[in-house]
Amino acid sequence: MIFLDNLINGLSLGSIYAIIALGYTMVYGIAKMLNFAHGDVIMVGAYIAFCALQYWGFPPVLAIVAAMAVCTALGVTIEGLAYRPLRQAASLAVLITAIGMSYLLQNTALMIWGANPKSFPRTFINGTTLRIGQLSVSSATIITILANIVIMIALTLFTAKTKMGKAMRCVSEDRGAAELMGINVNRTISVTFAIGSALAAIAGVLLCSSYPILQPTTGSMPGIKAFTAAVFGGIGSIPGAMLGGVLLGVIEIFGKAYISTELGDAIVFAVLIVVLLVKPSGLLGKQIREKV
Amino acid sequence: MTEIMQAAPLLKVNDIHVYYGAIHAIKGISLEVYENEIVTLIGANGAGKSTTLNTIAGLLKPRQGTVELNGEVLNGLGASKIVPKGLSLCPEGRRIFQQMTVRENLEMGAFTRPLNEISASLEEMFERFPRLKEREKQIAGTLSGGEQQMLAMARALMSRPKLLMLDEPSMGLAPILVEQIFSIISELHASGVTILLIEQNAQMALHVANRAYVMETGLITMQGPAEELLQNDAVQKAYLGS
Repeated sequence: MIFLDNLINGLSLGSIYAIIALGYTMVYGIAKMLNFAHGDVIMVGAYIAFCALQYWGFPPVLAIVAAMAVCTALGVTIEGLAYRPLRQAASLAVLITAIGMSYLLQNTALMIWGANPKSFPRTFINGTTLRIGQLSVSSATIITILANIVIMIALTLFTAKTKMGKAMRCVSEDRGAAELMGINVNRTISVTFAIGSALAAIAGVLLCSSYPILQPTTGSMPGIKAFTAAVFGGIGSIPGAMLGGVLLGVIEIFGKAYISTELGDAIVFAVLIVVLLVKPSGLLGKQIREKV
Repeated sequence: MTEIMQAAPLLKVNDIHVYYGAIHAIKGISLEVYENEIVTLIGANGAGKSTTLNTIAGLLKPRQGTVELNGEVLNGLGASKIVPKGLSLCPEGRRIFQQMTVRENLEMGAFTRPLNEISASLEEMFERFPRLKEREKQIAGTLSGGEQQMLAMARALMSRPKLLMLDEPSMGLAPILVEQIFSIISELHASGVTILLIEQNAQMALHVANRAYVMETGLITMQGPAEELLQNDAVQKAYLGS
């Protein structure tokens, strides 16, 4: 029973990591940059949802939509103002800009909402507990896992079938060749940031529904772990981010339950190191050889 | 030839200068391509042939000079805006989308065209390149070199270009495939496609072309009808190995 409990909790936590990791992996795949501010977009999304629920009296669904809208705008703005001017710059310059952007978001949140942790309100997401036999599962857990599955299917269909999705795959493979097809690379990158940031807002709400303490640093640790998950699964790969995220969540919960609570995070990263030693491109990452 | 030359050029490149940082790669090149011509640009490695094509296509920006298609100035537009104007570049090294299927690659070639026109063009390409039809659902990265070159050319044609630019289509291919690629180029020309061709294989290029330009270190050093250049002593010594 405890095993099943842990497994479900792991899947739920892993689903949150997976949704965040999607943002990292899509942006990396298409813009070839690590957007370390992504974790903080989650935090902003959570705060917007928090305000919408607590102060503005929004119904939960509308609060989520508001958080998604604000995060989408934020993501596109960050990309346009901070990253686009550096498109031709060295990747280290972009990385440092992203780290700077991360602190800018955290400090702005600190200014607006203060350092005191807020308690995320109860909604339909985390309102009930289901009992299945001896197992008791929070509705947040189930909704998180379901949301993850829906997002995975939607994104897979989007990249496989739609024109914009295919354009994204082209830009991710060969930016120059994509331009020669008439694909507007800047617009494609903007859309990628928009999707990643909207997902970050969802992740923020789900995260705070399961772990209802909200402060300006709320996004950092899940952000870093989701980045790890993206690398674990093979950065640039959408199914990889899903697999990496879910596995990471399960490993973390089991590590904490059976090995050591204190070392839980260390175990997660130890597993990552071992996987990368054996398979440097990550679980589902592909090594592509060019044919001459 | 002469009656073609009297019309306004389809492509007019006017004194372009291109830099890579401090390196002055193209030092004032002018060239024209008229409708229904094959024009070839020959020259040694590093002469600036690819740079010239990439500049025409909008991947690089000239610091000076203009590129005009049908009298419309293209510079500064960026590659993705130039494609719908009717200019298509089949780049050096083919650069097909390795992880997409053959069909998807072709569809991407028609990215700027309305969806309802694509299937007719696809059929047209499959007719012209039956091998691609056989491989329709295959992942492009698994094709052989020659098939990849065909795919790259077909993909470039999917945008229905007024001018098709081919950058080293014979590179890295076995001699028999080189022949095949050149016969495809001739067929395309016969069906009315205007072509600007870059080649290191000057022999083949001059045989298939109407006119030619010879490039050396960022400058055009010679130009004229292809047959004349084939007979030219300097060209023969430098590029035809005789």
